[in-house]
Amino acid sequence: MWDYCGHSLEVARLRGATYADVRVMHLRQRDLTTKGGEVGTLGQSESLGLGIRVVVNGAWGFASTDQLAREGVAACAAQAVAIAKASSLAKKEDVQLASEAAYVDSWLGPCQKDPLEIPLEAQLDLLLKADAAMRSVKGVTLSETDMQFRKIDSWFASSAGSKIHQRRVHSGCGIVATSFKGDAIQKRSYPNSFGGQHILGGYELIEAMDLLKHAPQVAEEAVALHSAPQCPQTRGTLILGGSQLGLQIHESVGHPIELDRVLGQEANFAGTSFLTLDQLNHLRYASPIVNVVADARMAHGPGLGTFAYDDEGVPAQCIDIIKDGEFRGYLSSRETAHLVGLHRSGGTMRTESWNRLPMIRMTNVSLLPGAWTPENLIADTDDGIYMDTNRSWSIDDRRYQFQFSTEIAWEIKGGKKTRRLKNPSYSGMTTEFWNSCDAICNADHWVLWGTPNCGKGQPMQTMGTGHGASPARFRNVRIGTAFSKE
Amino acid sequence: MSKTKKSRSVSANRSRRAAQEELRRERELHSLTQRILRLAKSGGIPECEVHVEEIIDAVTRFANNTIHQHVAEHGLTVSLRVVVDGRTARVTTNHIDEDALRASLESAASLAVSQPKDAGLLPLPGKQKYRAVHRFIPATSALSAEARARAVKKVCSLAQSKGQVAAGIFSSGQSQTVLANSRGLFAAYRQTQAEFSVTMQQGSATSWAKANDANFRIFDPLALSRTASEKAARAENPAELAPGSYTVILEPAAVLDLVGFLFYDFAATAVEDQRSCFAGRLGKPLLGKNITITDDVYHPGQLGAPFDGEGMPRQRVVLVDQGVPRNLVYSRRSAKAKIHPTGHGLALPNEYGEAPVNLVVAGGKTSVPEMIAGTDRGLLVTRLWYIREVDPYEKIMTGMTRDGLFLVEKGKVTRAIRNFRFNQSILEMLKNVECLGPAHRSTAEESFEMVVPPMKIGNFHFSEVTKF
Repeated sequence: MWDYCGHSLEVARLRGATYADVRVMHLRQRDLTTKGGEVGTLGQSESLGLGIRVVVNGAWGFASTDQLAREGVAACAAQAVAIAKASSLAKKEDVQLASEAAYVDSWLGPCQKDPLEIPLEAQLDLLLKADAAMRSVKGVTLSETDMQFRKIDSWFASSAGSKIHQRRVHSGCGIVATSFKGDAIQKRSYPNSFGGQHILGGYELIEAMDLLKHAPQVAEEAVALHSAPQCPQTRGTLILGGSQLGLQIHESVGHPIELDRVLGQEANFAGTSFLTLDQLNHLRYASPIVNVVADARMAHGPGLGTFAYDDEGVPAQCIDIIKDGEFRGYLSSRETAHLVGLHRSGGTMRTESWNRLPMIRMTNVSLLPGAWTPENLIADTDDGIYMDTNRSWSIDDRRYQFQFSTEIAWEIKGGKKTRRLKNPSYSGMTTEFWNSCDAICNADHWVLWGTPNCGKGQPMQTMGTGHGASPARFRNVRIGTAFSKE
Repeated sequence: MSKTKKSRSVSANRSRRAAQEELRRERELHSLTQRILRLAKSGGIPECEVHVEEIIDAVTRFANNTIHQHVAEHGLTVSLRVVVDGRTARVTTNHIDEDALRASLESAASLAVSQPKDAGLLPLPGKQKYRAVHRFIPATSALSAEARARAVKKVCSLAQSKGQVAAGIFSSGQSQTVLANSRGLFAAYRQTQAEFSVTMQQGSATSWAKANDANFRIFDPLALSRTASEKAARAENPAELAPGSYTVILEPAAVLDLVGFLFYDFAATAVEDQRSCFAGRLGKPLLGKNITITDDVYHPGQLGAPFDGEGMPRQRVVLVDQGVPRNLVYSRRSAKAKIHPTGHGLALPNEYGEAPVNLVVAGGKTSVPEMIAGTDRGLLVTRLWYIREVDPYEKIMTGMTRDGLFLVEKGKVTRAIRNFRFNQSILEMLKNVECLGPAHRSTAEESFEMVVPPMKIGNFHFSEVTKF
């Protein structure tokens, strides 16, 4: 692979590139699903190719190819140079890159049990058993399960001298029970909705999730939701379970801090951000107990945003985003770092595949744990609603106003979790919401949730991101808006 | 951009493309599929389906009145599905040397036999006949990076001359798909596609325009940019209105954004699984009488192959007839013995069955200016954003307005309004359509391309307002 990298860099240099970096990536994936006791998807895929990014005349060009031979990668490098020259026709300023040392390294992410080496029969057997356990509950009209595994090898080289190989294995699984009754559809998922839980790691995740144990409870809750009262429309105290809070962080902290959005580079598609440059170190983003970091280091945990180097060869870092409630940092790249006074990129450039350009992406954007236990938090709440497991999510294109709904909620009365509520939802404005946070549970209840489906860019790229969270409490939140008729 | 200038630049592009990439010839892919089928047979795999996809695509992306991302890709994938003893599995690869293909076939066979027998699995279909569609426009395939960059430069110059900031994309590409199986089925399709999308920003106000077609000459990037520029200028200093129910005039992109979310509800498998909003409602007057929806890949405003994931010919299907959901789309499996498959099956194996992806919503005769002129008080909506399902059976969707929300008073657009969040049942919405405009091919970001009209709708529910 290094020969292809070296040859393409040399062709780019000879054709006038002042900077170039290249990624050869080998992606392998296995997808398994079941539905109603039968195998649904059963497939494997692999893809190998090369993408090269160049600066010529101060402008960017990128081209990719699956023709991994000297002629193929040379043509690809030449095409990238030609594209960069075309880009320079509509250039305002030359690209500036923050300096970064050259690294020669190889890194293997954690993976105790290679999921692609585990017999497929065992994987399907587990899914079919969990599927059957859900269907055994009367009232369940649809049962679904899934497992997904990705093995990503990447070879990065740059004209500055870096040569970095990384291997990451991502594993995920989940189960869903759906119940249709009368004029309503209710569902419950475990360990999370929309594909379950995903981590950087191997089959050990699947074993730890114990899908079989949770299947009956998931099914019973889906059926029971039909007879639960509707979540009221009110303003009040809200406690969010960890997985829902993970998505809340993703949408109302993770995306607004992407510096490309802030600088208008995503204005046509994903949108911009309310976190304009003047807000840095001035905005009270959240209450003083809130601390959020973007941490790609292994020390933070095996998340979907964990790596050793980003896709422009910058080592993984931990960046303060919100410190004691104050807004402290953006997600940056080598090209954008200088615009916020940084001498170095925050190391957040990531690409989905060899045929896609690296972009600023979330790493593991996590809310650091507080001091509460869930039991104490509920006991301390006289009147509130506990919501868990996302059902829908939406936020405006500058990331102010959001609305989430969850699969299930419980009423809290007099310090006790009481009856279930169906169709829960809540909404608010990002900074008002985060400033209303008055309790966060401790590290024993902190989970690094994986969001495998974050879409961004044109052409669209799907990326996995990590979000550490433990249950937390928010005051004076607008609840029940999704079903409001007012 | 004048027609003469365009013709000249395309001619120049053709000569440049001599050194550029082109799709492989159909006979080359036919030969590849037959080679794989022979490998399967010699490897003891009695039934095999080969799906080859090739894509050449390029995107010129701009923001802050300059090109900031400019990319090109060329890739070919081979996807193999084998059927072994009543079981099936799929393996996809972009390695097409003989050893790699043989390994992929072995891998697919190994996956297939690792599962229980599937009693509902059908044998592969035999030869089919297809209605021809012509959606490959050489001029689009010849569009160069330089030609796109020059067009973008003009858009950026327009923005600068107006004191505005432009962001968007200009993309062009070509793709082909070939499907063959060991029972003699062979289907091939190729198309070109070009897309231009622009957001114009004036201060904190924005507006947007977008077009997508097989033929890049159908749209004019500069004209689209002028439209967005004029609307952005009108969108400044938005007033805040109270949330509530309003009469809305949805431009085609906003209609597409919402109606597109119904697509999977028309799948027979979704109805059988009782997760479709049409479960238990087929044949009943559910929507307004002025709503008729078909799925029609042959419509001149549509793109896409005339065959489905198993190679079955796509049929035109009337899904909603004057407000009554009448028909669903069927794969071979969901059709079972009683119904004929409609050619909407997804590539097997999958748990979703089928889906219509060429929706056509019948239009009317009322233009958007006429809708505005006939509205005493309402809102004109350019597009919608971040739409998600809140309630799957009542089909309540939430999302935001974006890039131009305007107040209409006494037949005129009077001022810009801050963006709203909506929580609105699509089924209710389609009961309340007061009038429709002519239907055209439309494109947005929340759903795939469709043929839709603008609509004037009563009692559209906005629940909250944002800060801009």
